[in-house]
Amino acid sequence: MFARRAKAGIAIALLTAPLFVQIAHAERLVTSLSTHRVLISSNFTGTSLVLFASIEESEAPRDKPKKYDIAITVRGPAATFVTRKKDRVLGLWVNYESRSYPNVPSYLAVLTNRPAAEFGPLELQTKYKLGLSFAAFSPSIVADEDFRNALVRVKKAEGLFYEETNAVTFLTPTLFRATLPIPATAPIGPYEVDVQVFFNGVLAAQQITAIEVVKTGFEAYVAHSARENRLDYGLGVAFLAVVVGTLAGLVFRRN
Amino acid sequence: MSIYLPIAELPVNIFLIFGLGIAVGFISGMFGVGGGFLMTPMLILIGIPPSVAVASVPSHMAASSLTGTLSYWRKKLVDSGLGLVLLSGGMLGTAAGVWIFSLLRRLGQLDLIINLSYIVLLSIIGTLMIVESIRALWRSMHGQAPVLRRPGTHSWFHGLPLKFRFRQSRIYVSAIPVTAIGFGVGLLGALMGIGGGFLLVPALIYLMRVPTAVSVGTSLFLTLFTMLAATVLHAVENRSVDVVLSLSLMIGGVIGAQSGARAGQAIKAEQLRFLLGILVIAVAARVGVDLLTKPLELFSVIPTEAG
Repeated sequence: MFARRAKAGIAIALLTAPLFVQIAHAERLVTSLSTHRVLISSNFTGTSLVLFASIEESEAPRDKPKKYDIAITVRGPAATFVTRKKDRVLGLWVNYESRSYPNVPSYLAVLTNRPAAEFGPLELQTKYKLGLSFAAFSPSIVADEDFRNALVRVKKAEGLFYEETNAVTFLTPTLFRATLPIPATAPIGPYEVDVQVFFNGVLAAQQITAIEVVKTGFEAYVAHSARENRLDYGLGVAFLAVVVGTLAGLVFRRN
Repeated sequence: MSIYLPIAELPVNIFLIFGLGIAVGFISGMFGVGGGFLMTPMLILIGIPPSVAVASVPSHMAASSLTGTLSYWRKKLVDSGLGLVLLSGGMLGTAAGVWIFSLLRRLGQLDLIINLSYIVLLSIIGTLMIVESIRALWRSMHGQAPVLRRPGTHSWFHGLPLKFRFRQSRIYVSAIPVTAIGFGVGLLGALMGIGGGFLLVPALIYLMRVPTAVSVGTSLFLTLFTMLAATVLHAVENRSVDVVLSLSLMIGGVIGAQSGARAGQAIKAEQLRFLLGILVIAVAARVGVDLLTKPLELFSVIPTEAG
């Protein structure tokens, strides 16, 4: 008796589950990135990825097309960052106070079609982490606004945090394009591209795609050696110095 | 033309790096200093992470000082005996310095320690050198013989045992103060990413009474070995030596060092000491101004290794 009831419960759950998804996401999002691997070689000076995405509406299109809002967030590998503030101690400007922020993306780009504040209420921005300051920190971190703002400001100045509010181009009301910048100083590691589509202040569709920034060839070999064969690597660089110094000594003696 | 640095993880303009290498190499060859006290801050200024700059500059100094040493060696201006005794202390000092460097990096006060050490040391040494060389120049202008080397005057350390005669330097002293000088120079060299030559040259000239040109030649000789050791130790301890940056700096450095060595051998000893004094004071002033004026951005953001 009990077992049968449980079975029926599961059956109901299975039947209703897809329905809920259908309600939450009336639209389906199809995205395409120009590449999923950014390769860093000796002439790397930064690059950009092109994203195309199409919103597929389940209902038949009405006369007046829906006006969607798009937020594309590119997150680099997370790291713990320490923000230090200089203060005057005995007349000298030295690092004094500091705050540590875990799980901050080492690279962050937020591209939208218009300022995220216009998408809907403030709760929308905090819930879906729209904009640099919401996307950078875990929601639990609230204190010390000075230090948080400083982190965003410094990373922006370094070109590692990037925000643009008219970076999404609609080709048709349901097809859009954006260019995602990957700067020369981009940290190495796994990235994710999070595309969110909003309609009337509600999340309509979302898709997360993984990309990777990796060193190739010589750069990868050097980085690997410096990490894994430390002594050999160090001796190698020292030997190089001796060779270059001796060669120059010989060349200049003849002059 | 830019080239990507695999360890620093950013691209740099290769001609800028060559240019820096040549300029600092020239100063290195001329004054017998490694030039790291100029190179390290300049690299940090163009955006190289401090840990990579400090660890990569020693290899540039090794190459420049080797070229310089060869030039002085041919003119018999290198005291290899004195150099080797200094070296024994220098090796120990370098090892201690690299260890302290990684300790300080964990504590996060590396900036302050480096800056304060720079200012205090550079101002004292620079001032002393300028005062002394102006006196010497004044005397030579008035036709008096230079009296830097007073026969019969002895410092306390001349009474210490283990005395050696260092032929090229024309001195007869105990190995103990020589080793101590070597240790101090090695320690500061590894700690501050500098060759320590700007400490060693005055120490040899004023404390040990070694002729200026031989001080420069011997300092280059010592810098070569301490910087080779610093390169290996930084690679093992901190993993932040960037071979592409190193090689680019080296190539510029050896070219500059050759011309610098010739320039240094061509001018008068007092003039050389005066110029070195000015250089040392200028560096101290620059760092001092940074520390005393309010920075435009009070905050700095640094990733921690725990990541």
